[in-house]
Amino acid sequence: MIEIPPSEAPVKHGPEINRRRFLVRLSITLSSIGAALIALPSVAFLLGLRKSPQIWRTVGSLDDFKIGSTVNVAFEDPSPLPWAGVTAQTTAWLRRVDEREFIAFSTICTHLGCPVRWLAEADLFMCPCHGGVFYADGQVASGPPPKPLNQYPVRINKNSVQILTMPVPIA
Amino acid sequence: MRMLKQAWLWFDDLTGVSKILGPLLDHPVPKARKSAWFYVLGSATLIAFLIQVVTGIALASGYVPSSGQAYSTLQFISGAPIGRIVRGIHYFGASAMIILIGLHTIRVYLMASYKYPRQMNWLSGVALLLLTLAMVFTGQLLRWDQTGFWSVLIAAEQAGRVPLIGNWLGHFILAGDTVGGATLSRFFVAHVFLFPGLIFLIVGFHLYLVVHNGISEPPSVDRPVDPKTYRPWFHALLAREGEPFWPDAAWRDVVFGFLVVLTVVGLAIVVGPPMLGKPPDPSIIEATPRPEWYFFWYYAILSLIPKWSEALVMVWGPAIFGAALILLPFVARKGQRSPLRRPWSFVIVAAILFMIAYYGEVGKIAPWSPRMEAPPLPVQVVGVTSGPIADGARVFHDKGCEYCHKVSGYGGIRGPDLTYAGDTLTPAQITTRIYSGAENMPSYRNNMTSDQLSALLAFLRSRHRQPIEPPPDSGQ
Repeated sequence: MIEIPPSEAPVKHGPEINRRRFLVRLSITLSSIGAALIALPSVAFLLGLRKSPQIWRTVGSLDDFKIGSTVNVAFEDPSPLPWAGVTAQTTAWLRRVDEREFIAFSTICTHLGCPVRWLAEADLFMCPCHGGVFYADGQVASGPPPKPLNQYPVRINKNSVQILTMPVPIA
Repeated sequence: MRMLKQAWLWFDDLTGVSKILGPLLDHPVPKARKSAWFYVLGSATLIAFLIQVVTGIALASGYVPSSGQAYSTLQFISGAPIGRIVRGIHYFGASAMIILIGLHTIRVYLMASYKYPRQMNWLSGVALLLLTLAMVFTGQLLRWDQTGFWSVLIAAEQAGRVPLIGNWLGHFILAGDTVGGATLSRFFVAHVFLFPGLIFLIVGFHLYLVVHNGISEPPSVDRPVDPKTYRPWFHALLAREGEPFWPDAAWRDVVFGFLVVLTVVGLAIVVGPPMLGKPPDPSIIEATPRPEWYFFWYYAILSLIPKWSEALVMVWGPAIFGAALILLPFVARKGQRSPLRRPWSFVIVAAILFMIAYYGEVGKIAPWSPRMEAPPLPVQVVGVTSGPIADGARVFHDKGCEYCHKVSGYGGIRGPDLTYAGDTLTPAQITTRIYSGAENMPSYRNNMTSDQLSALLAFLRSRHRQPIEPPPDSGQ
């Protein structure tokens, strides 16, 4: 191991001690401020999360949807980054309940976020990961999900069906 | 040869490298005797890490960390013959690293090498273990195929279970409100800069401590650790019977490390990297995200535990386990090191290994997962092509019963096998179960007409013990 020789600096008294103490404090203070000047903007940039506005996205026209059927629709995030590619898409299960009423469910399972599928014949949503099942109204039918499927607001604007985008629902 | 030697002397004169490295190489280590080969696991973990650094740099030169393009760069890398091998080495190198760091941790725990004065060795090792887990998770995700994409959401949803800050943490993982352009860059930075940088720093610290405190001697029942006398005793031991690390002990590290390299490269060439999944397009709804083998056990546990215990398992379980790892060297800082006098350590290690192996196996079969690609039952199973039994078989498939219940080898295995339902269940029992559902079975009260129900009953009642041709595909 490396051995450090005992300090040979002569013992100082009085103003010399004050001077050294000042120099130590000066160095520590300047180093801290310097480090903070670099770290603060870097950490702030890292922690900065992209907030998206909530906007209405058109997913089709009224005639595209049959009453009683549930289909998968894809729509773009409110303000996708140019390099987001296919990941700018979000999907939902959209059902036309009657002439003027629609209902849209998030495809994200409330258990751990896997994509749920709609089984048209069985009138159930089923998750392929851990076997969560939801009824047609989104309520938990069986398995581990702790709460019902999340819903998107839907509206009819003139002849088009629109979904209000929202952040990924997390617990 | 002479010129080389002169060049070295000149370099050493200017740098003094041999003064620093010489004592490091020559430092005496205790004779490990019978347990000598147990001491190679740490250096082998480091070798696996170095494999990852080298292949990682090569892979990064062909990778574009953009949510929109990463997938096609992976196709590019995997399509090139050398790229495929490098990706394979990186993949099997990751597996090697996680296996070796696991075994190294177990070795240190069983031999209680974490006791005085090596508590900091243990703590820095725990940090390296956690960082390795973080590396394999982020690495799998960078493949950015369908599983990679959904892994982000699964990670965010799990983080969301953390009390108070869960929501923020989940969106921090997504890098915003939704998965998008910023998400993948975040994981790239963590996997390529942040975590490896920390690993380098902590490995340096860990190695410094190994030299500073000396490599622990094999435990003996007669020599419990007494912090007051340990260091002088250890130094006397080294002076008495220590051997220089290089090459008396190091040759084993080299031989074992070479075998690790050979195995990893061999697997990369023969087996190759895992296939890429579908592209990370959330509108392709047929997605079945699965973790890599080292997380299978956790994946299985998450589905098999009762609902009320989820917070316990997802948040408090890891927190308590982490706290136990940190507290261990302080709570058990002295005394017996021999595993023979610490039988509980064997029980704990065996329990953890059993849990990982058993649930890992369960995770592979995934019996809880609805088998959603199960085809309709073929006519040789149903027995007839028309009438109520045939209708019932169709209902059995269309209503999703078959995704969880097996009949004559077809279907899922989450629910009970119904191959002989006609022998074991009365129509009343079947009807009750279909109507009322259960913890893991939906109620079909509002999802089935009475015609469908009676057809289904007719089908299930026709399931009797009789020879049936085995199906061509009875796998999982």
